[in-house]
Amino acid sequence: MIPRHQAVLLCILLLASLVMAGILFHMRDRAHQRLLAGQDSAPTKAPEVAAPEQATLLVASDDDNSLRAQLQSLPLPADPGARARAVLGKLLDLYAAPDATHPVPGGAASVAQVFLLPAPNSGPGASKTGGTPAQNDTGDELAVINLKGSFVAGHPSGLETETLTVLSICGTLHANLPRVAQVRFLVDGEVRPSLAGHADLTRTYLTADTVTRP
Amino acid sequence: MHWSRREFRAVCLAVIAAGLCVTACGVRAQAPPAPPARFVVVIDAAHGGDDTGGHLSDGQYEKAVTLALSVRLRSLLAARGIQVVTTREADQSVSMDQRAMIANRASAQACISLHVAETGSGVHLFVSNLAPAAATRFMPWKTAQAAWVTRSLALTGALNSALTHAGTSVTLGRAPLPGIDSMSCPAVAIELAPERTADRKLTAEPDNADYQAQVAGVLAAALLEWRTEGRQP
Repeated sequence: MIPRHQAVLLCILLLASLVMAGILFHMRDRAHQRLLAGQDSAPTKAPEVAAPEQATLLVASDDDNSLRAQLQSLPLPADPGARARAVLGKLLDLYAAPDATHPVPGGAASVAQVFLLPAPNSGPGASKTGGTPAQNDTGDELAVINLKGSFVAGHPSGLETETLTVLSICGTLHANLPRVAQVRFLVDGEVRPSLAGHADLTRTYLTADTVTRP
Repeated sequence: MHWSRREFRAVCLAVIAAGLCVTACGVRAQAPPAPPARFVVVIDAAHGGDDTGGHLSDGQYEKAVTLALSVRLRSLLAARGIQVVTTREADQSVSMDQRAMIANRASAQACISLHVAETGSGVHLFVSNLAPAAATRFMPWKTAQAAWVTRSLALTGALNSALTHAGTSVTLGRAPLPGIDSMSCPAVAIELAPERTADRKLTAEPDNADYQAQVAGVLAAALLEWRTEGRQP
């Protein structure tokens, strides 16, 4: 015969087990609901594809050290930053092609981000404002292009080839976003002294220089 | 009037001496003006030390090839009686500012920065893209070349003419050139690219000794010509 206190203890333990099982079942059910809720937040319809538009690319040629305007039809987003990235991606895709006139590996993925900011005043008045550069009132923009380190590491070295890459990027941006008057380059988010040993990446490039280039 | 034999001989000698004097004066008058006291060329072999420059296809670094080309050009110029100052004579690091300081101290009539590339063909000549500016007593360090851009373009024209005449393909360009932008002398960046035929077939790499000797010979001749042009008013 089981003593009375042991029978009571057994009942309490049994009851506790049942309560714990109930709590566990409830928690599992809540976790499952959370998981289902997370899946519901995923996009269920395909992103909208912008209609193809004509973009002007200034394509470099190593043969004669020239930039030639080339029209390309490609989907361009409405957002100017995304638009700039799409255009530059197409330009770098051309350079990554096997029959490129200016071969540079990397392709579209080499442009991590393009930021468009109000251009600081580059005129003589810029230095009069003290530490911060004056904003211009012409609506000109400064494009900051963040390139991936892999692109820079794989870029051929040389004065001509590096200069052509920089000028074709600046010229292409200006051709499609005319308000972009200045361009600066970053590599993996940081300022680098040069592209591959020659083209200076510490300076601000004026897109007007690419337009009037001989 | 009868002259004695002695008198006649003296008159003849005087006439001959006078003729020789006039001839000598004439020759002297026709000769080109005397060369300036100093004609200095600065040769800047790009890169060096930790800065290896480009990596050529046969495993060589750009810094080694520019130094070899610099030594070759220096020898050719020295053989022609031109004073040469080099920014480096060995595999050592020289900053852009140091290179400009060496060039500016030399008060050179031509500053040549040598580069080597694997892309393109022939010789690429680059001049600073600074807008021409009037020389002042004190020029900003970063844009000192602005006062010399016109002369730099003239020097590029002389080099281009000589190279084209020698059958070398030449491409011309203007770009921001750190180092050269701080030089107060006619300055050109010369990039030696592979030699190719018209159908883009490779005939010589930039580190090919014969190819280097050929280009260096043309550059030396062009600089000699530049010295002559520099003497003209």
